[in-house]
Amino acid sequence: MSQERPEGQLAAGVHWTRRAANRAVIGGCVLAAAIVVLPLALLVIHLLVRGLPALSPAFFTHMPKPVGEPGGGMANAIVGTLIVVGIAAAIAVPLGVAAGVYLAEYSRERLASAVRYTADVLSGAPSIVVGVAVFALLVVPMGHFSALAGGVGLAVLMLPTIVRSTEEVVRLVPNSYRQAALALGAPRWVATLQVVLPAARAGVTTAALLAVARASGETAPLLFTALGNRFWSLRVDKPIATLPVMIYDYARAPYPDWNAQAWTGALVLLALVTVLSALMRAATRRIR
Amino acid sequence: MTAANAGYPQGAGRAQASAGTEPPATTGGPRVSEEAPRIRTALPPNRAAGAEAAARPGGEAADGDQGEPAPAPHLVARGFDLHYGTHQALHGISLDIPEHRVTAIIGPSGCGKSTLLRAFNRMNDLIPGVRTGGTLRVGAVDVNAPGLDVVALRRRVGMVFQRPNPFPQSVYDNVAFGLRLLGIRKRTELDGRVETSLRRAALWDEVKDRLEGSALQLSGGQQQRLCIARCLAVEPEVLLMDEPASALDPTSTARVEELVLELKGRYTIVVVTHNMQQAARISDRTAFLMQGRLVEDDDTRRMFTSPREKLTEDYITGRFG
Repeated sequence: MSQERPEGQLAAGVHWTRRAANRAVIGGCVLAAAIVVLPLALLVIHLLVRGLPALSPAFFTHMPKPVGEPGGGMANAIVGTLIVVGIAAAIAVPLGVAAGVYLAEYSRERLASAVRYTADVLSGAPSIVVGVAVFALLVVPMGHFSALAGGVGLAVLMLPTIVRSTEEVVRLVPNSYRQAALALGAPRWVATLQVVLPAARAGVTTAALLAVARASGETAPLLFTALGNRFWSLRVDKPIATLPVMIYDYARAPYPDWNAQAWTGALVLLALVTVLSALMRAATRRIR
Repeated sequence: MTAANAGYPQGAGRAQASAGTEPPATTGGPRVSEEAPRIRTALPPNRAAGAEAAARPGGEAADGDQGEPAPAPHLVARGFDLHYGTHQALHGISLDIPEHRVTAIIGPSGCGKSTLLRAFNRMNDLIPGVRTGGTLRVGAVDVNAPGLDVVALRRRVGMVFQRPNPFPQSVYDNVAFGLRLLGIRKRTELDGRVETSLRRAALWDEVKDRLEGSALQLSGGQQQRLCIARCLAVEPEVLLMDEPASALDPTSTARVEELVLELKGRYTIVVVTHNMQQAARISDRTAFLMQGRLVEDDDTRRMFTSPREKLTEDYITGRFG
C-alpha cells in the first residue's frame, strides 16, 4: 500500500508536530549532557584557581614544612601514592585477571557464581568499610600502620572492577578462537592463556588501568592503613604518606597555608589520575 | 536402550573386520616422516589395544555396500548415536570413510552433518549435555573410549571451520601455533615447517612477504587457507572440513576446492557441505544424511547419477532441502 503513495507526498509528509517533538527531545538530551559536564568543568576551574598559586617545582621535590614555615611540598606523599598504588596493582591485577578469566571460561561451575556474587557485593562495599576491615585484619596483627596495609586496602577496592571487567572482555572473545585452538590439539589452559587472553588483552589492560586510576584517588581505605607520614619513607612496613590522605589532613587543618597546599595537592592528584587514564588509552590503542 | 544400540553387536562385527586389516598399533609420538607408513595410533599402545579389544566381540565381516575396491576405512562409525540433552541428533549412523579420499557429507540444514563431523574429533565435548552411543573409530582408536587423550586425538584429526578463524596474531604465529604445542621451539625447524604448511595450503606465495603481518589483514579466502595451513602444520591424518567454503566468494571457493583435491593424496578428508555441486566436484564418496539418519552413502558419481534411495534422488535433484 505504501508503494502506491506518490513520491512527493512522502517527502512533504512529515508533520510539524513531529519535527517539534524531535527538536524537543534532542534539545533535552543536549541540555542534560551539558549539565553532566558542568560539575567537572567547575571542579577543574576551581582547582586551577585555588591550586595553581602554590604549584611550583618545589611542591614535587620538597618535603612538608612545619606549620608556619612557608614553602615546602608533598614529595613524600607523591612517591608514597605511587608505592601504595603499585603494591595494590601488584596484588589486584594478577588475582583479578585470573579470577575474571576463570569466571568467563568456566562460568557454569558453582564456584563461579559464588565468586561473581562476592565480587558484586565487594564492589558495592563502602571504601571506609574496606579500610576498617583491613585495619582489623592486617594493621592490628602487625601492630602498626604500613604502606603494605594501604596497598592491600586499595587492592580490595580494585579487585571487583578488574574481575568483572576482565570477565566481560574475555567473554567477548569469539568462540571460534577457542574452537580453533582446541581443534589443533591445545589443552584448554593453553587455549585460554595463549589465544583467548591475548585476544582480550586490550580490554584487560583497560580494565586494570581504570581500576588503578580509580584507586589512586581513594582516601578512606588509607586513613586506617597507610595512615600518613610527615617524613620521607620508602619502607612498605612503615606508615607512608599518600596524596589523598595528606590532602585530607591539610584541608582540615586550621592553617591557611596548609589549606592552600591541599588545593595544590588536589590539583596534582587530579592530574596524576588524568595522565594515568590518558596513558592507558594510548597504550590500549597501540595494542589494538 | 535405543534401536541403534540394539544394532550395535552387528556393527561391532563389522568394526572388528576392518580393525583386522589395520597394521598393528604403534607407539605414540608425532609422525616421523610423511613417506613412512602411516602410524595409526598417536595414543599410548595400551589404549589402542583396549579399543581394539572393545571392538572384538562379534561376528565376521558383513561388508557389501561398497561397489569398488575401496581403500581401507580410516574413520568408522557403527550404530553411532548422539544426543544433545533430550534431543537425539544422530541415530545409529554406520559409515566407513576411506583413507586418502575426499568424503562429502551432504544433507539439509539441521540434519546432523556438522554434528557427525565434530564427533570425530570430539569437538562436541564443548557443548554441555552431549551423550553418545555406538562406536566411532579413527584408525584403531575408539574416539569415545573413556579416558581417551582428546588432545592427542585432535592432533591426529584436524579441523577447518565454516568461518575462517585465524587467531588475531601474525600469519607466522598462526601456523606455528600447533607446532609450538608439540614443543617445537627451534626457529629453523619452525621456519621450515611453517613454509611447508603454507606451501601445501597454496598460500606461501601470497604471504611470504608478510609473515609477521596480522592474519586478520588477509582476505577471507586467504584466511581460510591459512586455517588449513595451520591445521596441516601439526601433520594430522584426517582433515575435517565443516562447510569450508560457505563463507567465501566463488573465486576463493574454487581455490579451496582445488586445494582439497591436492591434499587428498596425503590426508583423509571429510567435507561437510550443503552445496551439492561442490560435493560432486570434489568428493570421491558422498554420504547423505537426513534428520539425523544416514540415508545413503556411496561412490559420489554413482550417488549423483543413480542413487539407490528415492529420498536421495529427491534431495539431489532439488525437490527439497
